[in-house]
Amino acid sequence: MICCRWWAAGLSLVAVLSLNLISCGSPKAVKAAVKAEKDRKPAPDFTLKDIHGRDVKLSDYKGKVVLLNFWATWCGPCKIEIPWFIDFEQRYKDRGFAVLGVSMDEDGWDSVKPYLEARKVNYRVVIGNDQVADQYGGVSSLPTTFLLDQSGRIASVHVGLVSKSVYQDEIEHLLQTKHSSSGGGARRDANAAPGGAK
Amino acid sequence: MQTPPLVAQSSSVLTVVPPPKLTAKKNSTASAKLSVRLRNGFHVNSNTPSDEYLIPLRLTWTAAPLEVVDVTYPDPKLEKYEFSEKPLSVFTGDFDLMTKFRVPATAPAGMQVITGRLRYQACNQKECLPPKTLEVKLPVDIVN
Repeated sequence: MICCRWWAAGLSLVAVLSLNLISCGSPKAVKAAVKAEKDRKPAPDFTLKDIHGRDVKLSDYKGKVVLLNFWATWCGPCKIEIPWFIDFEQRYKDRGFAVLGVSMDEDGWDSVKPYLEARKVNYRVVIGNDQVADQYGGVSSLPTTFLLDQSGRIASVHVGLVSKSVYQDEIEHLLQTKHSSSGGGARRDANAAPGGAK
Repeated sequence: MQTPPLVAQSSSVLTVVPPPKLTAKKNSTASAKLSVRLRNGFHVNSNTPSDEYLIPLRLTWTAAPLEVVDVTYPDPKLEKYEFSEKPLSVFTGDFDLMTKFRVPATAPAGMQVITGRLRYQACNQKECLPPKTLEVKLPVDIVN
């Protein structure tokens, strides 16, 4: 009898440990990095100019998962991320995803334009200002990157350089969430053809 | 003229130690040392950065009635960071900047305060802070 009790207790322990191990896997970890829907705050809207002088309004991206990246040409860690974002734009754009770069360069397009051209940036970039930075908490260091869900809410924030896989997992998670919960309902697509440097 | 209070001019990561009074003789040269303290883990680009987009550290002066002969920066370190493919030309830790001034014969004798501006841009391994300009006051006693 005692033997049976120990055996049952051992089995329960194994079951609990197994569940914990499963829950510590990467999907759960991604969920932890991405805020729960109820905790997400709306991303402050702004209108800034792109390289062609056209207005880019953040709210026009509603319906898409958006990687909003504050960066500058003088920022070394930002430079590392650019090829990742080019890859994400190419890989996920048909699944309702867009990268929007906000440059904080004081001299604007004078520095940014040749920089984007040299790196063949395929996503849209606008020139930011202090007012927009203040809306996003000051953006006191770069890179600072916000991932927005399809409803235009801030799902995660990263200050400083993180790994490509962190972004990739979060993007995948947000794109999958959309498919399961909103079922690809009506969206206001940004008429933002990528091509920041074009 | 009153000497400005000896309070270090600083930002969150970089501090300039207030320079002591410089005594400068008319019709000669005098050198002032500016000591800079950078927070551990941070670097600033040197005056000759490795990449054209990086913002150099630069010290400039509104020196009248003195004239700036030259500003001497320390030898930069070449350091490799997680985010850079090649080593970067940087300053880290504590370092000094030397400025050589010429005092014209016509400069008025007595106390003056001249103003320097130190422009820099700091980063650590993961993130960069926006470029900043710190103002530095240098008391100068011009003597005959």
